[in-house]
Amino acid sequence: MRNKLMVGMAALMAGPLLAQAATLDDVLENDSLRCGVNAAQPGFSALSDEDTYLGLDTDVCRAVAAAVLGDAEKVQFVPLDSVERFTALQSGEVEMLSRTTTWTSSRDTSMGVNFTGVSYYDGQAFMVAGDLGVQSAQELDGAAVCTQAGTTSELNLADYFRVNDMSYDPVIFDAPEQSIIGFEEGRCDVLSSDASQLYAQRMQLSDPESAVVLPEIISKEPLGPAVRQGDDQWFNIVKWSLFAMINAEEYGISSTNVDEMLDSEDPNIARILGQSDNYGEAMGLEADWAYQIIKQVGNYAEMFDRNVGQDSDFAISRGLNALWTDGGILYAPPIR
Amino acid sequence: MIHNQDMIPQQPAPRSTIGPLAWMRANLFSGPINSVFTLLGLYVLYILLVPTIQWAFINADWIGTSRDDCSGEGACWVFVNARFTQFIYGLYPQEELWRGNIVFAGFAILIAWLAIPRLPYKRWVAIFALTAFPVIAYVLLHGGYFDLPRVPTHRWGGLMLTLILAVVGMVGALPIGIVLALGRRSNMPIVKSFCVVFIEFWRGVPLITVLFMASVMLPLFLPSELSVDRLIRALIGITLFQSAYMAEVIRGGLQAIPKGQEEAAAALGMTYWKRTALIVMPQALKMMIPGIVNTFISLFKDTTLVMIIGLFDLLGIVQAALSDSRWLGFSLEGYVFAAFMFWIFCFSMSRYSQYLERKLHTGHKR
Repeated sequence: MRNKLMVGMAALMAGPLLAQAATLDDVLENDSLRCGVNAAQPGFSALSDEDTYLGLDTDVCRAVAAAVLGDAEKVQFVPLDSVERFTALQSGEVEMLSRTTTWTSSRDTSMGVNFTGVSYYDGQAFMVAGDLGVQSAQELDGAAVCTQAGTTSELNLADYFRVNDMSYDPVIFDAPEQSIIGFEEGRCDVLSSDASQLYAQRMQLSDPESAVVLPEIISKEPLGPAVRQGDDQWFNIVKWSLFAMINAEEYGISSTNVDEMLDSEDPNIARILGQSDNYGEAMGLEADWAYQIIKQVGNYAEMFDRNVGQDSDFAISRGLNALWTDGGILYAPPIR
Repeated sequence: MIHNQDMIPQQPAPRSTIGPLAWMRANLFSGPINSVFTLLGLYVLYILLVPTIQWAFINADWIGTSRDDCSGEGACWVFVNARFTQFIYGLYPQEELWRGNIVFAGFAILIAWLAIPRLPYKRWVAIFALTAFPVIAYVLLHGGYFDLPRVPTHRWGGLMLTLILAVVGMVGALPIGIVLALGRRSNMPIVKSFCVVFIEFWRGVPLITVLFMASVMLPLFLPSELSVDRLIRALIGITLFQSAYMAEVIRGGLQAIPKGQEEAAAALGMTYWKRTALIVMPQALKMMIPGIVNTFISLFKDTTLVMIIGLFDLLGIVQAALSDSRWLGFSLEGYVFAAFMFWIFCFSMSRYSQYLERKLHTGHKR
């Protein structure tokens, strides 16, 4: 068994190097994109009544399928555990990962994966009961804080309170469902987790209005899709699929007006929609790759609002995820 | 001397010794301490049961299609209702559900046939259930033959997947377990050491590790063109793991048979296989029933671990459904439903094993 394990370890390390080069060919041949997603993250990837996955992360998968295969529904969602996700990507079980994965240096450099961009700028935040009257996280000295075991949230929390010279009493739970029950039952004054998750947890309270999420964000959690190392063409496709959505929002192209926009005079829009030049060819795609994304999935704003923003139950404000022109940091290089 | 010439007519037993009142006095209020405990017990039952019944039945919402139909005063079974198909079949396509239904029905009929003593042709039904039925079930569920559309295994889920995992694990593990147990008792050194190593290896690792190896490490060993289906990998892992436990249960049963039985059979000129199949195994197997069923029940519940390798068994699909933003906050209902389904299956298995024990009771029990 020892030998087998050694072979396994060797394969694990060699995996990224051996990664076959033509992911695009695989996807075209299967006529389906296999996308690793979270099995249960409200707003990002959740199983709906209609037997499909809905959420921001899954829409990123759909965008890539639309660009490559011309059909946003040709995605096979593979629910992955947080431990399993990188191996599944390396072993070729999925072609891309869009699974609320924080982009960090160690993951980018040592896990054999490449992050292609940021689909959601998340960060750790605090939620308190509204009747506590707390306005800012700086007032939380001595508070009992509910959080989840084994997450970066737990570590960030310790850092934050130490840096601000405050004390706190940690109340640790295993899963988000449990920590929200702990919060509701009053076992802690504060619940701390990634902001996107806090909004989902808030919905599970019997009276969601009774709790407020404080404005402070105490950590950087840029979430984004990732691909296997060693296939630059595929890396480009996934990267530019997301950029196309952000650019579409910037130039006001949405799924509703994209057909009218085909006749637009604006050279930027003509370039995005593949009317004046063919920017898909260099990636091995059709000229209308971005048109298909926008037509079938929508631009970034539509994706955001539908899943986590104003049109969803979470009503998360755009915040950092607004365009750079609207005070956020969402900025995509131009398509030209 | 006064004689009573006639028999005293039969009298009914005194009121104080029969009927529910007497039973209560004898069993519940036989002394001050027992009376206090009875009252205390009743009170605890009252404070536990009343809110539970109110929550689960009286204040519960049963009909509707969305969370708006939930009053929030009691359980909202609307959630389970709306998701019922998903909980039973996973993501199996709606228009193909009849295939799953046929397999469910066939399975239920076969089990009932084998379990009800009066029905004839047991042997043939059993052979059919173990050979033809799995093939038919696979062809029906997976499709791709006879114009049936293909339904890839990643769309299978819910109770259907739980049953597939458990049944394949049980049916596969029993024969392998018997062979391993016999091998471990064998005098042939290579066979014996192979069986010992196999059993000790698989018993030495947790099931979760086996599943993890099967789903995470195995794909790294294999060339990427050769991809083995996730479900198949899980099934192989579960079967091998379970067969090691089964082997030890069976070995325990074999050890309880006096050596004289086998020696007597040998003296009659029986070969090893005849001795084992006709003398030792029939006696051993019936003694092992509690152990075997115990292993089956624990396997049935262990199938929930496939959740970590991205297969949605009954519990997995319930958990996945809980994260749908349209249905946030119904975790209690979901878990109660899953627990109830598991309880039905485990309890029936346990009752059937007790029935079998009584039926096969031939004097070995003390």
